[in-house]
Amino acid sequence: MSKILIRGAKVLGGEPQDVLIDGETIEAVGSGLSDEGATVIEADGQILLPGLVDLHTHLREPGREDSETVLTGTKAAARGGWTAVHAMANTFPVADTAGVVEQVWRLGKESGYCDVQPVGAVTVGLEGKQLAELGAMHESAAGVVVFSDDGKCVDDAVIMRRALEYVKAFDGVVAQHAQEPRLTEGAQMNEGVVSAELGLGGWPAVAEESIIARDVLLAEHVGSRVHICHLSTAGSVEIVRWAKSRGIDVTAEVTPHHLLLTDEMVRTYNPVYKVNPPLRTQNDVMALREALADGTIDIVATDHAPHPHEDKDCEWAAAAMGMVGLETALSVIQHTMVDTGLLDWAGVAQRMSVNPAKIGRLAGHGRPVSAGEPANLTLVDPAYRGPVDSAEFASRSRNTPYEGLELPGRVTHTFLRGRATVIDGKLA
Amino acid sequence: MMRHLISAADLTRDEAVLILDTAEEMARVSDRPIKKLPALRGRTVCNLFFEDSTRTRISFEAAEKRLSADVINFAAKGSSVSKGESLKDTAQTLEAMGVDAVVIRHGASGAPYRLANSGWIDAPVINAGDGTHQHPTQALLDAFTMRRRLIGPDAGIGQDLSGKRVTVVGDILHSRVARSNVDLLHTLGAEVTLVAPPTLLPVGMDSWPCEVSYDLDAVLPKSDAVMMLRVQRERMNAAFFPTEREYSRRYGLDGDRMAKMPEHAIVMHPGPMVRGMEITAEVADSPRCTVVEQVANGVHTRMAVLYLLLGGNEPAVTHARTEEGK
Repeated sequence: MSKILIRGAKVLGGEPQDVLIDGETIEAVGSGLSDEGATVIEADGQILLPGLVDLHTHLREPGREDSETVLTGTKAAARGGWTAVHAMANTFPVADTAGVVEQVWRLGKESGYCDVQPVGAVTVGLEGKQLAELGAMHESAAGVVVFSDDGKCVDDAVIMRRALEYVKAFDGVVAQHAQEPRLTEGAQMNEGVVSAELGLGGWPAVAEESIIARDVLLAEHVGSRVHICHLSTAGSVEIVRWAKSRGIDVTAEVTPHHLLLTDEMVRTYNPVYKVNPPLRTQNDVMALREALADGTIDIVATDHAPHPHEDKDCEWAAAAMGMVGLETALSVIQHTMVDTGLLDWAGVAQRMSVNPAKIGRLAGHGRPVSAGEPANLTLVDPAYRGPVDSAEFASRSRNTPYEGLELPGRVTHTFLRGRATVIDGKLA
Repeated sequence: MMRHLISAADLTRDEAVLILDTAEEMARVSDRPIKKLPALRGRTVCNLFFEDSTRTRISFEAAEKRLSADVINFAAKGSSVSKGESLKDTAQTLEAMGVDAVVIRHGASGAPYRLANSGWIDAPVINAGDGTHQHPTQALLDAFTMRRRLIGPDAGIGQDLSGKRVTVVGDILHSRVARSNVDLLHTLGAEVTLVAPPTLLPVGMDSWPCEVSYDLDAVLPKSDAVMMLRVQRERMNAAFFPTEREYSRRYGLDGDRMAKMPEHAIVMHPGPMVRGMEITAEVADSPRCTVVEQVANGVHTRMAVLYLLLGGNEPAVTHARTEEGK
């Protein structure tokens, strides 16, 4: 593999520097590096980040290849600046055996656009009754570390306790989709002022918060770590903050859409805004931004959830829940966190690369941008402004809530172990 | 006049009064030997009912026929919907057959809004009840009934309901009738009080333009109209209230409670009534109960809505005289 010289990029938003890639590795970082024998990328004004790591991606394969495949999903990931994604387990069949996680892992290897780290189901069939063979999934070629029934909550307290305990044997982590099922029967949107008016079934904040409260206490009791998926309410932030102050080993994620959109959007009855957990209030949005800035929330994760057009081109109640997010996440984070002064680019790198790689125990990702490190890198032009156009998406699905919205920032280049997967904003 | 009727909240005071005044004209026509107007001759209206409904569907159909419209009835049961066809495809299929307006009843809140605003079809959309969201023609017929009874058919022309005190009792949480009535009655200047057990009031309603009470007996003496909503027995199983009898004791309207209302006050019900649950037979059959009148008024009000949305600018009664002269 030839050499690549990225010239004049602001590494983590700092002073402009040159970064020389040789093969799969960063050879040198400094100023005035020689471009001899290297392909040069002029990166004036651009930000260089470690390749982004998504802890929460739905790639839909196997089973729903009409909405996404590992190939199309990883292409979308590369366009969004991601070099590793965690593929959620709610496929058909469910990723609850070594066989299924190995299949997804292998498809990821074949795609070559980004690393695919399968997430294993906590319980057989996501049914919350019986633990899946967590050890077998961990020992498989896929080397599963993160386990989640995402889409469903592990609501049985005993099953949750056992899962938290069991994965300690191999340093695994349970990622909980916090949703008390009885409190959310028939839930269609956040329960509050807007749901009362629109007559849509309410998804109360307490249904999330009560599970998080229980799970951090369980994690404390059994001495395990626990990860909270897509935290969405101000109350959840308070519980996680309290848990961390007690030394409980809890990490939490927030999605880009929960940092930007509110339940006011539901007034359009356009199901592109239908997502689980639902869009909350402006008060929640501000609390989530603050928590991501102060470290209470550890990471941004996309919860990229592709759906075919017909599953959104219908009445609200009939529509599927979820939004695509891989290709817009960094722009939304720049808009909500960087351009607002809440976070600098080093902070973005921490929350979108370093921390998620650490939670997923993912070697080779979330590493410093320095000599000798794997060349997993993302180059961003923060000066770019433009409307979101889903026609450009590499994802097979178009269910973005940002269509036509002008957002800042654009991923110009993505490198996976020294190989460009995106060049000048286009898939390589 | 607006293009669609989706929510009672979309109506201005003047638009609502115009609909009520037009409904009054329609009511007078209904007293004539020939009840039919030619206003919508040659126009086709489709009643698109995805949810079981007898009275609303028949009421719309009667209104459409009295305006000489051609009527297509579409009921979801036994239709292509049961084979998995989407709302969009069903609506586009019907429009391709030349439908000039769609009256839609749907179990999903927001379905009429989606139909009107997604670019699926061009025809005007009238909401005949969507989920637990809105039922604007019900609110209009209720307001019409109140104006007739509390002010008078003639004296009411041009008037709103300023200062009238309306109490709505029952399952507010699941009621599109309650939401529509709160919106419209507020627009028309009435003072609304909702009475229900706290379990049957939605979280997040603090900003609604109405009062809330848990005590029916305290509110009755201060009411000009008391609207009883149907309470489904199965709500009991989801722990909204302990038993049917307890609900009746605390929130049902019987003869003793009715006696606490002012002399002139009326009892209303959108139907179908659950006798013995929210209302006793004694009250339901009393002359103060307007439930049958409401049904008749429903036809007049829906004629007015259809006429104003579809009939163009010519005054309805001119047509009426022409028709009668023939």
